[in-house]
Amino acid sequence: MLCCICKEKNATVHLTQIQGEKMQKVDLCEECAKTKGVNDQTGFSLADLLLGLGASQELEQSVGGADAKCVQCGFTHTDFKKSGRLGCSECYVTFAEGLGGLLKSMHKGTKHVGKVPESLRTKRDMTEQLTALQKKLNKAIASENFEAAAQLRDEIKQVNVQFTAAVV
Amino acid sequence: MNLDDFLVSAADSAHRKGPNDRIVMSSRVRLARNIKDGAFPGWAKKPERVRVLEVIRPAVESLPEMKGAFSETMDNLSALDKQILVERHLVSREHAAKSAGSGLVINTDETLSVMINEEDHLRIQALRPGLQIRQAWQAIDRLDSELERKLTYAFSNELGYLTACPTNLGTGIRVSAMLHLPGLVLGEQINPIIQSVNKLGLAVRGLYGEGTEALGNVFQVSNQMTLGEAETSIVERLEKVLAQIIEHEENARASLLEKKPKMIYNHIGRAYGILANSHSISSKETMNLLSLLRLGVEVGLFPKTDGSLVDELFILTQPAHLQKNHSEKLSAEERDLLRADMLRERLKPVSRPVAKPGGSAAPGMDKSDKS
Repeated sequence: MLCCICKEKNATVHLTQIQGEKMQKVDLCEECAKTKGVNDQTGFSLADLLLGLGASQELEQSVGGADAKCVQCGFTHTDFKKSGRLGCSECYVTFAEGLGGLLKSMHKGTKHVGKVPESLRTKRDMTEQLTALQKKLNKAIASENFEAAAQLRDEIKQVNVQFTAAVV
Repeated sequence: MNLDDFLVSAADSAHRKGPNDRIVMSSRVRLARNIKDGAFPGWAKKPERVRVLEVIRPAVESLPEMKGAFSETMDNLSALDKQILVERHLVSREHAAKSAGSGLVINTDETLSVMINEEDHLRIQALRPGLQIRQAWQAIDRLDSELERKLTYAFSNELGYLTACPTNLGTGIRVSAMLHLPGLVLGEQINPIIQSVNKLGLAVRGLYGEGTEALGNVFQVSNQMTLGEAETSIVERLEKVLAQIIEHEENARASLLEKKPKMIYNHIGRAYGILANSHSISSKETMNLLSLLRLGVEVGLFPKTDGSLVDELFILTQPAHLQKNHSEKLSAEERDLLRADMLRERLKPVSRPVAKPGGSAAPGMDKSDKS
């Protein structure tokens, strides 16, 4: 197969681009691939390749440029651009803002649904329960339903006792 | 421990039966997990990977499911052993490329395998023959729950299980089935099927996963999204889609046999002719022709042949399995000769395809003896 640019040398680099329903194939020789920047590591982002075009720019804009760095493991945005992977679990906090849009385009939702480790399950359930009760309490107070409010206050107290017991 | 002594023979492996295994060769569920402390394997330096491995490996070995398991660090496995494991679908290609600081634990019946320090600290997978993704999920859920008592996973209430690649975030689950779809390929219906499966947010890949070719009409269908959908819902969604693909494949086979029987018999007869008589054959050609032979057995053109022979040959004719029986390093050309020798020998007892399938072995009617 001949390179489709110079039409002289043998093509060794094969690219396939799929956009919508259209598929385009390009076959290049090594030299033409180089001049076109296909082999250039910095010009050709693996993150974009893995996560969809534009992913790395999106992240860059929202985390304050290429210098953003994870305090835990020293991973930078540039590293993410190169590898398409993060450095450690803390990176999800460091790069949280930029990841939001990315996750939205990649997944069904942006909040986890499904299995939770048992040790965290009780804690999480209780936190959620407390938030819900607190909301109800505020509503009851606002509508001057003091009987319900008193009941809710007692319930919150009870859950709090359980919560402290579970966490310790 | 010696890997050869541990793994069951290709013949035994090929004899594992499961529901719908005419079309679904195997089901698999894998979970990506990381422990809370320590960078992800791709970013961690070697001493840190070794430390993480030393924490995780004993925890995995101590699980009741892993009694008598094969457990080894990747630097202690030869390149050949690693390739054998890839050909048996027990490790990923990526993991086979790992060395010091990565490890592997496989249970005795080879239904559970745990890769340590692949892309994530833990890649746990459950494998089952035939269509059993729900059973695979239940098995792996149990293993994972036992493991979480011994290790502290990296988990966030908002984002779920934290993984090196954001594409696995949340449940960290990949549910997949390996499908043999010669009817859809020969009936030229495979592309629209792949497209509609893709539209449902599921990926269709080749035999060895990401970025591989669909050799031997074998396709892998799996979920892509892992965040925002519960494991059970992903399993159910995949089950529904798989049931439809199975139905399409059965219909495609039936309609080809009805409308273009000569075309099908011709393909199968030629495949048999080449496999049983060639003196040099590549692994790619072998897989494509064995796929047709498998179809031939299923539509009744080889009434006296058991389908598991074809599945055994699928395994035995792959490069590392061929190399295993020879001490000297074989070149690709030498392997092609040996592969052809083996196929001629093993297909000797298989008589030529009959001109017309027998009445009892009509397509779609012999499901009962497979489940």
